[in-house]
Amino acid sequence: MSTIATTPASIESQWSLPYKGHVGMLCLIGAESAIFTIFVVAYIYYIGKSLSGPTPREVLELPIFASICLLSSSATIHLAVGALRKASYGSFRLWWFLTLVLGSIFLFETGREWHHLIYDKGLTISTNLFGSTYYSLVGLHAFHVTVGIFGLITILLLALFRKVQQQHAPNVDTFAMYWHFVDTVWVVVFTVVYIIGR
Amino acid sequence: MRTLLASLLSLACARSSFALVQAASPVPNIFKSESTPADSIHRLSVFVLIITGLIFLVVFSLLAYAVVKFRNRPSPDNLEPPQVYGSNQIELAWTVIPVLIVLVLFFATARVIQSVQDAVPPANAVRVTAIGHQFWWEFRYPALGIVTANELHVPVSDRDRPTPTYVTLLSADTDHSFWVPQLAGKTDLIPNRINSIWIDPHSTGMYVGQCAQYCGVQHAKMLLRVYVDSPDQFRAWVDAQKRPAQTSEAVAAGRRIFESTACVNCHAVTGTIANGRFGPDLTHLASRDTIASGAAANNHENLKLWIRDPDAIKPGSLMPAMNLTDRDLESVTAYLESLK
Amino acid sequence: MSSESIALTGVHEPSRPLGNVLHSWITTVDHKRIGILYILYALLMLVIGGIEATIIRIQLIVPHNNFVSPEFFNQMFTMHGTTMIFFVVMPMLFGFGNYLVPLMIGARDMAFPRLNAFSFWLTAFGGLLLYFSFIGGNGLYGTGAAPDVGWWAYSPLTSKAFSPGHNTEFWTLSLLVSGFGSIGTAVNFIATILCLRCPGMTLGKMPLLPWLNLVTAGMVLFAISPLTAAQILLCLDRFLGAHFFDTQAGGSAVLWMHFFWIFGHPEVYILVLPAFAFISEIVPVFSRKPIFGYPIMVAASVGIGFVSFSVWAHHMFTIGMNSYANGFFALTSMVVGIPTGIKIFNWLGTMWGGKLLFKTPMLFCIGFLFQFLMAGLTGIMLAAAPFNWQLNNSYFVVAHFHYVIVGGILFAIFGAFYYWFPKMSGRLYNETLGKLHFWLLIIGFHLTFDFMHIPGILGMPRRIYTYEPGRGWEIWNLIVTIGVFFQIAAIIVFAANLVYSIFKGKLAGNDPWDAWTLEWSVPSPPPEYNFATIPVVNSRRPLWDIKHPEDPDWQYE
Repeated sequence: MSTIATTPASIESQWSLPYKGHVGMLCLIGAESAIFTIFVVAYIYYIGKSLSGPTPREVLELPIFASICLLSSSATIHLAVGALRKASYGSFRLWWFLTLVLGSIFLFETGREWHHLIYDKGLTISTNLFGSTYYSLVGLHAFHVTVGIFGLITILLLALFRKVQQQHAPNVDTFAMYWHFVDTVWVVVFTVVYIIGR
Repeated sequence: MRTLLASLLSLACARSSFALVQAASPVPNIFKSESTPADSIHRLSVFVLIITGLIFLVVFSLLAYAVVKFRNRPSPDNLEPPQVYGSNQIELAWTVIPVLIVLVLFFATARVIQSVQDAVPPANAVRVTAIGHQFWWEFRYPALGIVTANELHVPVSDRDRPTPTYVTLLSADTDHSFWVPQLAGKTDLIPNRINSIWIDPHSTGMYVGQCAQYCGVQHAKMLLRVYVDSPDQFRAWVDAQKRPAQTSEAVAAGRRIFESTACVNCHAVTGTIANGRFGPDLTHLASRDTIASGAAANNHENLKLWIRDPDAIKPGSLMPAMNLTDRDLESVTAYLESLK
Repeated sequence: MSSESIALTGVHEPSRPLGNVLHSWITTVDHKRIGILYILYALLMLVIGGIEATIIRIQLIVPHNNFVSPEFFNQMFTMHGTTMIFFVVMPMLFGFGNYLVPLMIGARDMAFPRLNAFSFWLTAFGGLLLYFSFIGGNGLYGTGAAPDVGWWAYSPLTSKAFSPGHNTEFWTLSLLVSGFGSIGTAVNFIATILCLRCPGMTLGKMPLLPWLNLVTAGMVLFAISPLTAAQILLCLDRFLGAHFFDTQAGGSAVLWMHFFWIFGHPEVYILVLPAFAFISEIVPVFSRKPIFGYPIMVAASVGIGFVSFSVWAHHMFTIGMNSYANGFFALTSMVVGIPTGIKIFNWLGTMWGGKLLFKTPMLFCIGFLFQFLMAGLTGIMLAAAPFNWQLNNSYFVVAHFHYVIVGGILFAIFGAFYYWFPKMSGRLYNETLGKLHFWLLIIGFHLTFDFMHIPGILGMPRRIYTYEPGRGWEIWNLIVTIGVFFQIAAIIVFAANLVYSIFKGKLAGNDPWDAWTLEWSVPSPPPEYNFATIPVVNSRRPLWDIKHPEDPDWQYE
């Protein structure tokens, strides 16, 4: 994780700057937050403005189980990174795998909800303003979860091949920051779509 | 395609082949304001120009002075000049002064915003609804039962007993903007939104403007005319517009063709079966000075050309070529010319 | 206080086959090469954007001209704006930033070199996608048609109903792609500046160029993202039938405007802050004095970064917002002029009492100062909302923003070209040709853009392919067009100087300008690793401290 090259040790010991992985990921999270904010603003602006078609109250059910899964996955990934820092590789792999499972369950549940909305309730992205804003906001979040799942799988595979070592903890932690971000966004999306919007 | 040289030569004798009625259109100069909103803006603009002009003079002079005075004159010792890193007092001064200037400008601005935007329409205001279309203006006077297009008639407004005109702005398709510089600032016509603008012109005459928000291929020729009439002229115009279309046996053939072809899909003529609303209302077409939203003078040749080949006047406009025979074309043109 | 570099440029390398050279440039992750790639790409796009502008001006030289069709004209102004902003100025500034920031902070490269390369190629591909519309704009079997909806692409003009065909999609997708490139670059700049500074270089000892690039990068993260989001929504409308901007289904045209201008206004500050960076580096060196008021310059830059996010609706004064909203945005738009004006005063203060050397970089900086002053003042006029109701969407606004972008930013860019050309190429440019370029450009610039204000005042709207005779606009349009040809001549002189000097220019050495920041401590051009040993600095002008050990800066800062 050292970022400074060869200089006399006396100077280097006093000169430490932040870890570039964390800074970079925070910047990415900032940009992504701005994108999500626009989608949320569009959602809120169009609440109640659909000219026809199903309304949120008529068709939305609270995705409690899916939310519990996703939010718990933040806890499991936190435990995984902690285990990696202590070089408990077995624990790390286990908690990491659980994170992957919980995230996948969330995606699966979202898919089920969408199937129900499209085929049973007749709500698609082009039905009305509610359809447009709902699928775009929840879909943007689900897309980010999917990207996160790919990342989780990649790191899991690397871990299974014993390539992930204790010194990689900061790198894995950088990825975990992304996962925590995705979970935080879900809290916002859940509140806006299923509580405020209904 | 004209060459550049040909373009320059034509400038020397620039006459549009669709020459407009008057010898020269008036110049729509924002500083030749003729109505209260435009006047208020004019006064504010002068104030802002004076302040910014003074700032420009001061800073420009200091820059020019520095460029001349501190030019490096080669000297044998070649020492660097005194290395000055800053000055708290000077920097404070040139922070505080701009803050004060901004406050002054803001309060002047806020006053005019309020006086123009929050003006309450008096009971005797003339009410017009303007609907923007690609690429023409629809004007309705709901209280008077009038529907017309492209040329807006309003009464002149006496300063002591004003009779302003309040225009509600709507759009049927894309964004447009109503801009007649001598009468008011511009306001946009946006679909799914209701805007409004008001004018109280102080002198009679004809004021030009045009659409000021890019709305598609013929945005450039979505021209605008506001005719400010004396009270008598306005009354006469209203009476004429309220009457249904003139009928005459001489143009019966043209009327028959008009009413049995696609014309009636888009155009309306009050008192006949023609009731289309996609294009301009033609009930009193012959009372207008221009056609195609100001793109051509309203005369026999232009009218015939417009019906036969609109793209020759306004390429990309939504009026289709009507593909009539020459005889039918003459009849229809004669019929339209009778709609006074 | 050591800052040594070992000159390795004496070693003669055998010349490599062209294929190898091209391959090394295409696969490079070296920030200096990527910087040069950005700059060359931007130069190519500058020529293309300039041709589009020339076509526009020839069409408008007389009323009712027939040089091009209305359809083609509308494509020209859309492409001109989109090209110049996204594929000329942004890449040019990212290019200079990429090249200079690691050198100025004593680093070996950017924080994420591969992301750096990826960002460049995304931007380049975005430009390619935009121009492919000339071929594919109407689909596989149709003719080509570039986007023609204006560079702001207001809805509902961009909906399928009013823009059938694929040209709008090319606009949307190309900017989406290059937008990701911009965000990648911004992440890189911030991580580099915060994490890779050499020992001793606290943020308070960092030169203004990295500072301004840091603020710019922060703005990019929060400004480009709203545009990305809006374009995704537009894509959903056009491809999947969503109704975000579909006014027939209750959608809002104004929502697009808000989203676009929340990007669009900070964007112009993203364009101008790196230009300020160039002025802040060049003017001190050619005045032989440090920058006047460094702390205030930093504070003003950060202030501009934040305040610029609060002014966006001054582009929407005419859409019928209520008087409170109009008042608020008028106030913030005037307030943002305060830190901007302060910077002009600080540059003036830097020159004051100095020994001014009028080499070509300094000439362009002085041009910038006069022109940016004027541009800022016409900006204040436009901030007065009622005045804006007359001037918005007219040629006055076109004149204002070209004054900023050409008279300000482009002049600063040319200053940067001439200042850092010796460092990048190892050779000096031809001073006579440089001065000729400057004078031709300034004459052409003022002919075109001074007189362009007048048709706006006389009621001429923008984005019109022709205009009516007799409205008093003819003579001004003629003068404006004539100025274009002086500018074309200036660019030709510039290109000739560039090419000639790369091959025949005198060797420059490390430090031809007797300057004070770290990039002048390494050979010209720098070796791939930049510094033999990472420097340790004690002040904002480490080379001043070395050259003047009896009177170092750190005693005064």
